Amino acid sequence: MAQSIEPQAIDTSARINRPDDMYQMLIDAHAGLDDHGSMKLNAKLVLILANHIGDMDILAQAIDLARTSAPYSSNRQQDVS
Amino acid sequence: MPPGDLAAPEVIIVGGGPVGLTLALDLGRKGHRVVVLNRFDFIAAGSKAICFAKRSLDIMDRLGIGQRMIEKGVIWNLGKVFHSDAEDPLFQFDMLPVKDQKNPGFINIQQYYVEEYLVDALADYSNVDLRWGHEVVGLQHHDDSAAVTVRCAQGEYSITAPWVIAGDGSKSPMRQMLGLDFEGRVFEDNFLIADVKFTEDRPSERWFWFDPPFNGAGSALLHKQPDDVWRLDFQLGWDIDRDAAILPENVEPYVRGMIGDDVEFEEEWYSVYTFQCRRMRNFVHGRVIFIGDAAHLVSPFGARGCNGGIADADNLAWKLDLILNGDAAPNLIASYDYEAIVTADENILNSTRSTDFMTPKSTMSHVFRDAVLELAKDHQFARPFVNSGRLSTPVSYPQSPLTTPDADPWGGGVMPGSPALDAALGDGWLIDQLGDEFVLMTNGGGITCEGVRVLDLAEHENAAAVIERYGLTDGGAYLFRPDQYVAARWHSPSLDEVQRAFQTAKGARSGSIN
Repeated sequence: MAQSIEPQAIDTSARINRPDDMYQMLIDAHAGLDDHGSMKLNAKLVLILANHIGDMDILAQAIDLARTSAPYSSNRQQDVS
Repeated sequence: MPPGDLAAPEVIIVGGGPVGLTLALDLGRKGHRVVVLNRFDFIAAGSKAICFAKRSLDIMDRLGIGQRMIEKGVIWNLGKVFHSDAEDPLFQFDMLPVKDQKNPGFINIQQYYVEEYLVDALADYSNVDLRWGHEVVGLQHHDDSAAVTVRCAQGEYSITAPWVIAGDGSKSPMRQMLGLDFEGRVFEDNFLIADVKFTEDRPSERWFWFDPPFNGAGSALLHKQPDDVWRLDFQLGWDIDRDAAILPENVEPYVRGMIGDDVEFEEEWYSVYTFQCRRMRNFVHGRVIFIGDAAHLVSPFGARGCNGGIADADNLAWKLDLILNGDAAPNLIASYDYEAIVTADENILNSTRSTDFMTPKSTMSHVFRDAVLELAKDHQFARPFVNSGRLSTPVSYPQSPLTTPDADPWGGGVMPGSPALDAALGDGWLIDQLGDEFVLMTNGGGITCEGVRVLDLAEHENAAAVIERYGLTDGGAYLFRPDQYVAARWHSPSLDEVQRAFQTAKGARSGSIN
């Protein structure tokens, strides 16, 4: 019963065929929101998409990818303004 | 001489709370000589445990007081979660998803009633000596025993037993006498408990609010208890005046906000509490064994404190029984350390996560919490993320040294290391038939094993529900431990396999005690 299945690797190839439209869609979604509202919108997006993906292995890889691609680790945050 | 002289006890239990008394009753029923030392000479009132989970009811049922608790208690299976000022709940959950079992998902009953029922039941056992007003003030550890020095009205005396159980609560003097401490997290928050009395026809449900209009500081909880007593619980935040918080004039606005201005109520007990999610590194220290709050502490959201402690007593009693009878080696106790720690860790993990969801510690955890609550209103997928307390369910020990893992393929049933799942059997229930000894539940096959009672479903009327819930084929079998946990299961076992699993469940693979 306990057949081991090779965990699926996250797909990082470019899959969106209208990248500028998609990017604009994301930016537009935040129109008129303050920082807190924007953070909450992003959080909702993460939750909705995570549920759609529904695969903890993929999500763990995505989180890892997001964290390791950050320019600065959290304890070395620099003022870039 | 101390009152109620009981020469040479086999077990001394320090502490007469619900956990120590449960252990005393279990051991007393098995005929062991037990002395219970309770530093108080009364059953303490106040706002303590109220929620008793199904697993605890199954245990108390086995000990003979379960039905008395259920008769007195408020039965509830349904929890409702509210957000902000919305009148309709965000969603609700059912604490008894598998129906047709002897005991309900939860009852609410004041801890002092449970203690009273345990004390009443203990009166039938002259082999258990319950000593009120006897405080342990010293502890001496020997190789095969431990001795405690006891102070009582008549003076001081010393008493020795092969096993000394520390069930003396969160501040555990016994723990301090051994120079031991807790490891884990302390939460910086205060909660107000208002146990109040009023008569109103509200449903027997657990109601939990996130950010209700009547509590700007956070969450709130409403629970019904027997005798028209209701438990109201309000998060207050960290930086508060705790003495002022329990003044009636400061409590009243919270109560009014929750139950309305037109309901007459009276105070039962007001208190402010903080909490910790911590445990001792090990619960077994030579011949001294820690149980309940003395060993581990959790936040109250999830009813995992008292229920977790009762699980300790249940886990320990049959092991001490086997060892004292010479049916198992003392190292069986190492499996208590393992299994009770697995239980404590699961309870600590769940109650920590609940607390973190209810009282977010960072901006982003707050943002995610609010995002979940807002999504949950309209979208079913977000509701499982809402954490208003993951209520106590029994913990499984698949990796325990007492558990024999499956060798056969199983598509369902009850996994080894998990507690019995009740079902109708004959004109009663499976848990009544399992009792408190090793049981081999078979579906025909005619196998027998010395030291194990056989419960053959093929010889019982109305066994279809059990056969179905356990996924038993003809000739299949489950081996249950005396605490009604599954030790092993097979589709078609040989006698040798059953004997090996039986020996394993009695600690053949258990480690050594430290």
